[in-house]
Amino acid sequence: MKVELRINGAIRAADLEPRKTLLDTLRENFLLNGAHAGCEHGVCGACTVLLDGEPVRSCLMFAVQADGYDITTIEGLAPAPGELGVIQDAFCETHGLQCGYCTPGMILAAHALLQHTHTPTREHIVEAISGNLCRCTGYGQIIEAVQFAAERLRKANTPRAQHGSQHHAQSGHDAPVEGVLEAAEADEPVVEAK
Amino acid sequence: MKPAPFDYVRPASLAEVCALLAGDEDARVIAGGQTLVPMLAMRLARPAKLIDILRLPELAGIREEPGAVIVGAATRQAQAERDPVIRASVPMLARVLPWVGHPPTRNRGTIGGSIANADPSAEIPLVAVTLGAGIEVATTQGERSVPADDFFMGAMLTAIGQGECVRAIRFPVWPQQRTGVGFFEISARRSDFAFVAAAAQVALDGEDRCVDVALGVGGVGERPLRLDVSSLKGTKLDAGLLSDAVNAVAVELEPGSDLHASAAYRRRVAVVLCVRALEQARDSAAGKSPAGAR
Repeated sequence: MKVELRINGAIRAADLEPRKTLLDTLRENFLLNGAHAGCEHGVCGACTVLLDGEPVRSCLMFAVQADGYDITTIEGLAPAPGELGVIQDAFCETHGLQCGYCTPGMILAAHALLQHTHTPTREHIVEAISGNLCRCTGYGQIIEAVQFAAERLRKANTPRAQHGSQHHAQSGHDAPVEGVLEAAEADEPVVEAK
Repeated sequence: MKPAPFDYVRPASLAEVCALLAGDEDARVIAGGQTLVPMLAMRLARPAKLIDILRLPELAGIREEPGAVIVGAATRQAQAERDPVIRASVPMLARVLPWVGHPPTRNRGTIGGSIANADPSAEIPLVAVTLGAGIEVATTQGERSVPADDFFMGAMLTAIGQGECVRAIRFPVWPQQRTGVGFFEISARRSDFAFVAAAAQVALDGEDRCVDVALGVGGVGERPLRLDVSSLKGTKLDAGLLSDAVNAVAVELEPGSDLHASAAYRRRVAVVLCVRALEQARDSAAGKSPAGAR
């Protein structure tokens, strides 16, 4: 069966057996190996991709069902080859991964959450990654990573003068530029919104 | 973990789906596929043909009618969870949806799929039975409506015949302003299969007297059960009355034993959760605790 899929913004075509899962198609036909094959029956979440921005398990759908959706894999989140997105970088900063097998799924789940809100509570984060298993970290640092990424995204959207006045009252406009990837802020407790 | 080969078709109309199903015993419907695809992957199911109904316009949408909300079978669970009509008019459904699977499975899994799958511990069939929903089934001849109580016949067993497909679920809407819901379940892990789940809906009059009450329990038998606690109508639903009413109907329960929980445990937990669900529904109707979804 011929299918045309929109993956990370590009239309890709393939001739597939109907029984081929979206996961296997991404990995074997399009060499997008960031979607990981874990349990292959919908339990572990390692194969998570975004379908129209929402996380789904790519092992639980067939590629022939996936036409017409915007499919995003972990490869589609990096700003450029060799660079990391805000959430990816936050996972590195907070040691949110060890073996890395669950990480693409975790990051995509976190990405979908942070598209909806920059002020997630711990409960929101736990719910968002509840379908993704990690056997290394014990989840603590993953939750920290998502909180940290949310913090950076919040700051990235705040006018400099405004948060400059909170953190660097004396220096005013000459305050150091608080870039999106300024790691020093990580040591501050993350304030959880309601 | 690779499915056996099958043919894949995506018909343009429900009539075509029914005709295809009627003419082929080995054909199966796929919607969200969140239960079916694991079955295929483990080769517990080996249909010759999959008929994809997810994008049929006839199965889409959430519609209000006087006294009812009609939810198209292909409505995604995540979509229903966020829907303002369901939150306002079928609060019990909104309340249980966060307990159905995980966010990624709710993004694909459908309301009708959970109904047609008829897992004895599933939350959506429990809501359908508790509220007395109607299951609207498309057939080769047209359509028929089956009360939820008759639709669920056993574990993974429904009144659906060959050539038939669930089209929509008609959830009744209670007219009373002061209506509240309660829901509790016990499972090994959050979102895992419930050992026991209990759902209740209560309507009160201006003096906090019960004018209508519905109670259902899942996971304690082959199918979800509606328990008759109409003796509570007219009372103020005091804790003692609730406990007596639940204990009186709990004798009907015939829970099974498995490696997760014994029959005796399930029975005990069912009584406790039913009382708690009624209490929560009563308090929520009286405005003593936040109503609706979490």
